[in-house]
Amino acid sequence: MSKDIIEYSQPIGDRAVYTTCYMCACRCGIKVHLKDGRLRYIEGNRDHPVNRGVLCGKGSAGIMNVLSPARLRKPLKRVGPRGSGEFKEIEWEEALAIATDRLATIRATDPNSLAFFTGRDQSQSLTGYFAQMFGTMNFAAHGGFCTVNMAAAGLYSVGGAFWEFGEPDWELSKLFLMIGVAEDHDSNPIKLGLGRLKERGAKIIAVNPVRTGYAAIADEFVGITPGTDGLFILSLVHCLLQSGQIDPTFLVRHTNAHYLVIDSPGAPDHGLFAGDAEGKPLTWDRATDRVADAETSDIDPALLGTYQLPDGRAARPAFALLADRYLAPDYAPEAVADRCGITAETIRRIAAEIAEIAFNQPVVLNQPWTDTAGRRHESMLGRPVAIHAMRGISAHSNGFQTCRAIHVLQMLIGAIDTPGSWRYKSPCPKPFAESAPPGGKRRNANGSLTAAPLGFPQGPEDLLVDEAGEALRLDHAFSWEAPIAIHGMMHMAIAGAHAQNRQKIDTLFLYMANVAWNSAMNPGEATRMLTDRNENGTYRIPFVIYADAFFSETVPYADLVLPDTTYLERYDCISLLDRPIGSAHGPADAIRIPVLQPDRDVRPFQDVLIELAGRLGLPNFVNEAGKPLYHSYADYMVRHERRPGVGPLAGFRGKDGTAVGRGAPNPDQLRRYIANGSFWRHHLPPEQLYYKHSNRRYLEDAKAMGLIGDDRKITLQIYCETLQKFRLAAEGHGPVVPPERLRERVARFMDPLPFWYTPIEETVVDRARFPLHAITQRPMAMYHSWGSQNAWLRQILSENRLYIHHSAAAPLGIADEDWVRVESRNGTLKCRVRLMDGVNPNTVWTWNAIGKRSGAWTLDRDAPESHTGFLLNHLISEYLPADPSGRSASNSDPVTGQAAWFDLTVRIERCAPHEVAETAPHPASLTPPFKPDHPHILRFGAKRGETSR
Amino acid sequence: MTSLPQPVPGAKKLGLVIDLDTCVGCHACAVNCKEWNTGGHHAPLPDHDPYGKNPDGVWFNRIHSYEAGCGSSSRTVNFPRSCLHCEQPQCVTVCPTGASYKRAEDGIVLVNTDICIGCKLCSWACPYGAREFDEDQGVMKKCTLCIDRIYNEALPEAEREPACVASCPSRARHFGDLGDPDSPVSKLVAERGGVALMPELGYAPVNRYLPPRKATIPAKPLERPAAGSGNALLRLIDKVLSR
Repeated sequence: MSKDIIEYSQPIGDRAVYTTCYMCACRCGIKVHLKDGRLRYIEGNRDHPVNRGVLCGKGSAGIMNVLSPARLRKPLKRVGPRGSGEFKEIEWEEALAIATDRLATIRATDPNSLAFFTGRDQSQSLTGYFAQMFGTMNFAAHGGFCTVNMAAAGLYSVGGAFWEFGEPDWELSKLFLMIGVAEDHDSNPIKLGLGRLKERGAKIIAVNPVRTGYAAIADEFVGITPGTDGLFILSLVHCLLQSGQIDPTFLVRHTNAHYLVIDSPGAPDHGLFAGDAEGKPLTWDRATDRVADAETSDIDPALLGTYQLPDGRAARPAFALLADRYLAPDYAPEAVADRCGITAETIRRIAAEIAEIAFNQPVVLNQPWTDTAGRRHESMLGRPVAIHAMRGISAHSNGFQTCRAIHVLQMLIGAIDTPGSWRYKSPCPKPFAESAPPGGKRRNANGSLTAAPLGFPQGPEDLLVDEAGEALRLDHAFSWEAPIAIHGMMHMAIAGAHAQNRQKIDTLFLYMANVAWNSAMNPGEATRMLTDRNENGTYRIPFVIYADAFFSETVPYADLVLPDTTYLERYDCISLLDRPIGSAHGPADAIRIPVLQPDRDVRPFQDVLIELAGRLGLPNFVNEAGKPLYHSYADYMVRHERRPGVGPLAGFRGKDGTAVGRGAPNPDQLRRYIANGSFWRHHLPPEQLYYKHSNRRYLEDAKAMGLIGDDRKITLQIYCETLQKFRLAAEGHGPVVPPERLRERVARFMDPLPFWYTPIEETVVDRARFPLHAITQRPMAMYHSWGSQNAWLRQILSENRLYIHHSAAAPLGIADEDWVRVESRNGTLKCRVRLMDGVNPNTVWTWNAIGKRSGAWTLDRDAPESHTGFLLNHLISEYLPADPSGRSASNSDPVTGQAAWFDLTVRIERCAPHEVAETAPHPASLTPPFKPDHPHILRFGAKRGETSR
Repeated sequence: MTSLPQPVPGAKKLGLVIDLDTCVGCHACAVNCKEWNTGGHHAPLPDHDPYGKNPDGVWFNRIHSYEAGCGSSSRTVNFPRSCLHCEQPQCVTVCPTGASYKRAEDGIVLVNTDICIGCKLCSWACPYGAREFDEDQGVMKKCTLCIDRIYNEALPEAEREPACVASCPSRARHFGDLGDPDSPVSKLVAERGGVALMPELGYAPVNRYLPPRKATIPAKPLERPAAGSGNALLRLIDKVLSR
């Protein structure tokens, strides 16, 4: 018998390169093995702070993205009608000349007529800077249809946010509430964390309409009705307040709960904080029975009651207003149970479990620290209740206030940055007061905007509105329709460019955003608008430039296509100026480096943008002689300084590479990063690991590193006075007021204390006709990725079903695998169903972005992705139904402009047996402008020369 | 037919321990397994029709997610499935050529593809569906427990573990010697009540699955005020607060 030959000790490859993954947004460290110059194996970097050696399915499948037949090969110029996919391949010089000519003309005439929208890119500190230097306010990235509600609510409440700027204390938490967390946001860090919680025996509660993925391993599954999370949370608050299970010491030391709020209805300062002569907020000191500076020590602040201010007016502590609101019977468990689909008993029990863990099982670390008042504490007291909340909260039109409600719950029990609770990820906490408002109103002499286009309005005067109070931006972000749309409103970009009612758009410049398909709320409308013509035959949206690495559904709608590289063929930086890889343990950032040279005529988009900036002579991209300052993105990463000593990368700064955060550019910086595994991290000392918002040493060091500009205490905003300023304007106070038609809406939604309201779409549709909620989630193996053309990942999932509860299917006569028609106020689609038990009975759901347009991504035209896969987006609209005056409001959160994907309601009926077994709508097939290489059999990894028998 | 090796007292029984309490069903292990092994001992693991209507390739590790039970007792189970490296593997004993074999020294079940005739008897014999036929080469392939990693002296010692274990993001997978009652994996199995799959069939799988468990927080009900008063809150707030 022949002996099996096993080569035990083959080296993996002949070379290994450390870089950063980009198969999703998590930014894990990877070690890429090459053999004979070709990819062999990608594994997690064991030293990397984000993934500590593990790697998700997408990360391991990166090889198949890099080798995808859908990769674009050369710049393309449209020659047929828009949407036809008829292109001519052109040289880069011609492509750059076309773009430069167009953009130069725009910049010389009306810079705002360039709309620059990017997708899930991680270079927003560059793209936003380009927009600012170009001088257009019409810039945004994908946050507006992703999770701006979480970002805005977090940053305006606690100076941090779920996901990007905060994380559960996986090591010390004893109770973890995971609210609206689909199988995404984020990937490996949550999985590592869940594993750690399980190992330690902590309890995990999943509040989610769907029991899959992370929710499947929770110790308790709470199958909430979509859009009612705010009601559930505030009912928990009701129970905790009723029983006195809150942390008043935390409230008065770290939040503004004790600030006095002026009670003078109708006055221009009603609802604002009472201040002393210098504007410092006041509290009522029970020790002296008079007002006192709310931020001084050694006072006994009142939390309840009504007090008389020195000027004779009445004022109440913010907490008193809060207690009045949430102790009201509307938030009693019995009052909300049916609406939430959770029994009152369950709500009361979960509140009791929170109280038990927070107050009977606190965590005390024997770690001295000093607070911002100069007091030394011998230990750190923690409330080990951690919360993580995400898409299920964010994607509703009540998501901002719901997320605020979650932060209020955290503050009430002292669970913000205390041991065992939710912790800031570096560079947060950030003081809200130093956040710049959005740029756009003013330009410098050199044409640049005086501030970045995306910013943080602190009051009505910061809005981007005209004298009539109407929006200046094409997407209506930072207008009275969405005052704190801090990520812009990408889902309105095409509609806005098409409507041309606010800002005439000449060129729509898009990067890595599949706006003609799954990144459109309504792909049918998006493609119609992209191809719509004026009476004279010209396109209504005159010019579209699109940069993408693959033949996505959006490519055929561009006039000029700039082909990007894949993530293993470029430099990139995961910058502290954008969204770095910092953790609760300290700041960190990372780079990507080219592991392979492109085998096609493509260029990294960031290099192209820097080239365009140089050709256009944009400020800070050219020198005084008008010559380009940077020859590449890598060059920019090292030499660009946003502020003196602060650049895209925080590590290895200064002449000798020893400066942390702030320091002169170091020509050797990239080499130092590469030698360190393509990342940099700084470990905070133990005394700085918690209470960062009030931790003197932490704040001082963070300021020294350039993370923050001011090291004063960051007071947590249980009462958000900023929102009240907008409300007062809605009552007619101040110089900037909303148009009459929006006043009631602004006054209602810009509430300084969180409240729950019915998701807006539900209030304007016939719920009797559309009784079911419809939501989506991305499967873990494809979350945030461009994986559908990936030969390995598509074997895991290449078609999707609509999942429905047994009890909802039965009365409709629907059985497993039946074809059904799904109808919403906006349209109808056809798909197949699968019955399940672990879903809220009033809810249907499906996997998002599995459905592809036929021919896109160069998949065969009969691929399951287009044949039996479908996109729920066809049922959604970016607009709400028109009001009696004919105006349609955006289908968004009225505070932040977040796309309200999850407000959708539908009806379902079984298809007749004779109907065609193919999902609908089924738009015409796309044809790539090149011949894709489709092997019948892929033999990746075969030894060279080896073929089939 | 192929015979099994004589049991050696104290010999290793290498295998996997998979924690169903922690597995989120993310497919990370499956894809990393695919990626490693397509260039490993059984290279390649081909993919048929990779961009077409019926994409279908060879995978040594596949994940199934399904619901068990109904109503309040129902749960969603994520279940990774790969070769269990049975002690009495019928996939070996049915092999007409000796291609399928079990190693005496560590218990790993392997296929010598040089003498595999592709008759598929082994895949019919395996009740766990753990064998994968490579139609391109006409031979049977399967999980090798990453034999080219676990003994690989070119790798740092910490990395000498199967790719599925190294990559698992929730750390739900463990590798070790289940023949040694004092090994960390054996202790884990004992502590958590790990089970073998379908032991009644008599194949004596080596791999173990750890059952889901439920953490609870005993807490006494919260105080509810008598109608019209917020007593507990007032009592709390009445205390002197020190800023």
